[in-house]
Amino acid sequence: MMGLSAWTELLVEVIAAATARLPDDVTAAIRDGRKREAEGSLAAMALDAILKNAELACSEKAPMCQDTGVPLFWIHHPAGVSTGLLVRACVEAVRRATAEKLLRENAVDTLTGRNTGTGQAPGIPSVHCEEWDRPETKIELLLKGGGCENTSAQYSLPDSKLGADRNLEGARRVVLDAVYQAQGRGCGPGILGVCLGGDRSSGYLEAKYQLMRRLDDKNPVAELDALERRLVEESNQLGIGPMGFGGKTTVLGAKVGTLGRVPASYFVSIAYLCWAARRATAIVGANGDVTWPS
Amino acid sequence: MAKLNLPCDEAAIRALRVGEEALLSGRIITGRDAAHHWLVGGFRAEVAPYLADSIIYHCGPVVRKNPDGSYVFVAAGPTTSAREEPYQAEVIGRYRVRGVIGKGGMSGKTRKGLVEHGAVYLHAVGGTAQSLARAVVRVDRVFQLEEFGAPEAMWVIEVKDFPTVVTMDAQGGSLHETIAEASKAVLQKLLGQKTA
Repeated sequence: MMGLSAWTELLVEVIAAATARLPDDVTAAIRDGRKREAEGSLAAMALDAILKNAELACSEKAPMCQDTGVPLFWIHHPAGVSTGLLVRACVEAVRRATAEKLLRENAVDTLTGRNTGTGQAPGIPSVHCEEWDRPETKIELLLKGGGCENTSAQYSLPDSKLGADRNLEGARRVVLDAVYQAQGRGCGPGILGVCLGGDRSSGYLEAKYQLMRRLDDKNPVAELDALERRLVEESNQLGIGPMGFGGKTTVLGAKVGTLGRVPASYFVSIAYLCWAARRATAIVGANGDVTWPS
Repeated sequence: MAKLNLPCDEAAIRALRVGEEALLSGRIITGRDAAHHWLVGGFRAEVAPYLADSIIYHCGPVVRKNPDGSYVFVAAGPTTSAREEPYQAEVIGRYRVRGVIGKGGMSGKTRKGLVEHGAVYLHAVGGTAQSLARAVVRVDRVFQLEEFGAPEAMWVIEVKDFPTVVTMDAQGGSLHETIAEASKAVLQKLLGQKTA
């Protein structure tokens, strides 16, 4: 059985991996985008700068972006693991990673306006534990920066201004509007996590969880897979480009999930993620061995 | 590629044009949300000499304190500038600032302020905090560290060949406006093709 200090140590490692190492599928998507941009364009310059920065952060084991964001943990664990212990370990790991400058002092007391200095405050980090029917524990972390969080959007359908009914075509219309509204402010090329259905809080959470998927995976639901492909293709026609400089690479990927809804509500929640997609996953086997799926 | 040595005069700024890349060297100062609110709340004489004819960098860095008491920037990319839109033009006018570095661009009020006071908006590539921290060669001093915390404090720094793109100039040009208009036309076309 792992105790508080062993969990904390592992979670600091997960934070260190997320903050410094751009996932290989994201790097590949940025390289693909770079090939499509004209030589000498601002878009090409921005993508080159992004790729160079990713290499530097990885070799220096330092934060690729200074806004290390809100740490969002999803932990799936077998029966018998204490979620209270896991939450304490997440909090402790964030405090330690902040002291080690893997994370910025990124938590502000909303009433007083004072920075807590520890990276931690009520609601930060955000930890979601769920028991599952497997022997191993899966830890997933997303460091989601504030700039892209500010450009995220939630639509209540129908939306007559956008001509969006309560169906997949309606979802397509509002997602494209969200990409247009974001322009370059979310540090594009962005990644879109989308949830159809749910309520105002569960919808955003599921949209964020979609961002843990690899860009090169395939949605097992055929109509959602088609929607994802179409959203990427059409977003890239908007011409917003990296950083909003103009260009062909506006988004790197779109991931769409669904939740049930009540008859009265049909929300489409869009979690916009910056190109600095800081996600990391570790799996702790029943025997305590740790593996790091990419 | 333009080279800008800071502090600089108004003429050097008025010569810059949208779309031009500019490498900055010299002394600049960071400032973001809490700083802008503070700067418009009164005349802050202690920071005024660092703002005059220089540039405000919208940045909340990760900073390490050395054992000798000096500071070093560990990660230092730009933050979203739109949040300073209510204050920026006033800050530029009151303190004779020659421009800002940020990301995402700014809107009408700032655009007017840039033309009126002879200032520019310089865009750095968001998220490239390691590359940009390397362009910060020295941290000279810091204001409001206790009050605002490290990310929001005003850090006086020395930069060398700090890479930016002019996206709003002192002639009233704005790349952000151009891209927003063009993308809106494409969006309307895409939404016109209803296929449900």
